Amino acid sequence: MIQARITINKLNVLFEGHHALKDISVDIPEKKITVVIGPSGCGKTTLLKSLNRLIDLTEGAEISGQVIVDGVDVYDARVDVTDIRKRMGLIAQTPSPLPMSIYDNIAYGPRIHGAKDGSALDQTVENCLQIVALWDEVKGRLGEPASKLSVGQQQRLCMARTIAVKPEILLCDEPTSALDPISARNVELLLKMLKKDYTIVFVTHILSQARRLADYVIFLYLGELVEHGPAEKFFAEPTDARTKAYLEGAFG
Amino acid sequence: MLLSTSIVLGSLLALFAVVILKGAFALSLSMITETPKAGYYLGGGGGILNAIVGSLYLASGATALAFVISIPIALFLNEYAGRSRFASLTRLSLDILWGIPSIVYGAFAFTIMLYLGARASLFWGIITVTLFVFPIMTRAMDEVIATVPLRLKEGSYALGSTRLETALKVVTRQALPGILTAILLAFGRAIGDAASVLFTAGYTDSIPRSLFEPVATLPLAIFFQLSTPTPEVQERAYASGIILLIIVSIASLASRISTRRLMKYVVK
Repeated sequence: MIQARITINKLNVLFEGHHALKDISVDIPEKKITVVIGPSGCGKTTLLKSLNRLIDLTEGAEISGQVIVDGVDVYDARVDVTDIRKRMGLIAQTPSPLPMSIYDNIAYGPRIHGAKDGSALDQTVENCLQIVALWDEVKGRLGEPASKLSVGQQQRLCMARTIAVKPEILLCDEPTSALDPISARNVELLLKMLKKDYTIVFVTHILSQARRLADYVIFLYLGELVEHGPAEKFFAEPTDARTKAYLEGAFG
Repeated sequence: MLLSTSIVLGSLLALFAVVILKGAFALSLSMITETPKAGYYLGGGGGILNAIVGSLYLASGATALAFVISIPIALFLNEYAGRSRFASLTRLSLDILWGIPSIVYGAFAFTIMLYLGARASLFWGIITVTLFVFPIMTRAMDEVIATVPLRLKEGSYALGSTRLETALKVVTRQALPGILTAILLAFGRAIGDAASVLFTAGYTDSIPRSLFEPVATLPLAIFFQLSTPTPEVQERAYASGIILLIIVSIASLASRISTRRLMKYVVK
């Protein structure tokens, strides 16, 4: 039996009439990597953004249903949305460093949540950069603009920046798609290491990547939840005809 | 390519050439270090320090005041108002305000001054100039802030920041070079305008010691000197023009240099 960290209950998302997510109900297990797969445009990113309510920024989005984390519905009117987003860090498809130095990129999150400048913050910045294995590459030039880093380094910087606000859940939206194979592998290894501390939801449309990373799999197709289950079972004995076709490479 | 460069550069050089050729001989140290002495407008000694300092006071004051008004409006339009009707109404109003000639602002402020029984002063000059430069500054900032990529804001929101934090710490930072350009644009318009300050700021041969004294400005100094019958004084008008050009060029150059430094952190 899995221990659920996030419970999604009858989640529906509409964009100006387009039904992007249809009645999604699923549990996401604690401290595992849950991979959301499916062809492009099937609602994977929408699902991720619905979890930390980044979808609120999309004009014209209508959301109904529940996303329960630690017994609280994130869509409850009494919930502080900044707290939700702090607890569920999102790593985007294309890394977007903030327009500031490498140091300030990491320190930005802790600072907005009340951290004061000083040796404690320096330590946080170093730790986070160590975790993503970027420290050795940037330690001598923390004051340089983050935009000067390579794309692979930028993505690790974005991960470090996310970790710096001490989230409990990591939401990853195809974080390797803009990276070269070596950087992509580093990110994958990093996530495998991080799953002992974090619940990770990882979106991808690359099946081989899903097989490498997944402990649990959710398959979305045209906004519908087709099938979900533990990775071994999902890949070995899919039950739905659409899942079988997808795994055989019939589409997507 | 060559044609567009030569048209732009050509008009710039032609303008500089005429002003410099006609004014260079009248330019002297006393021009920029002394206020007008008795009989200055008849060819007497002295300079136009009153107008130089007055213009700097007025343009800096108006630019600063316009900035205080513009930055919250520009951020509001982009980060809060979204595609709402308020936003488009605000933009439409700003565009109309932008198009109104500065003399109309002068007349408008003058009416209010008459109503309040106020006299022409540095204070009213600043108010009037602020009124006509803030739409320019706001729209220029608005255009720049609108280009800040959504993914950058999402990155900030995803860390749990509020709208205000994102607006002030990320959006403003990314747009900083453009914001600086908007400020310079407003400063240039503020220092160069004669019509709006004619009735509202007045003119005086001394440097104002308080906000409520009248103040001289360079464009009006040029106007008054040009309209005298004395050729030497007319030459001084061109010399004043050179001084105005130098001030604007320095401001422009300074903003160029600081923009380049600020560009360093901007994410492409």
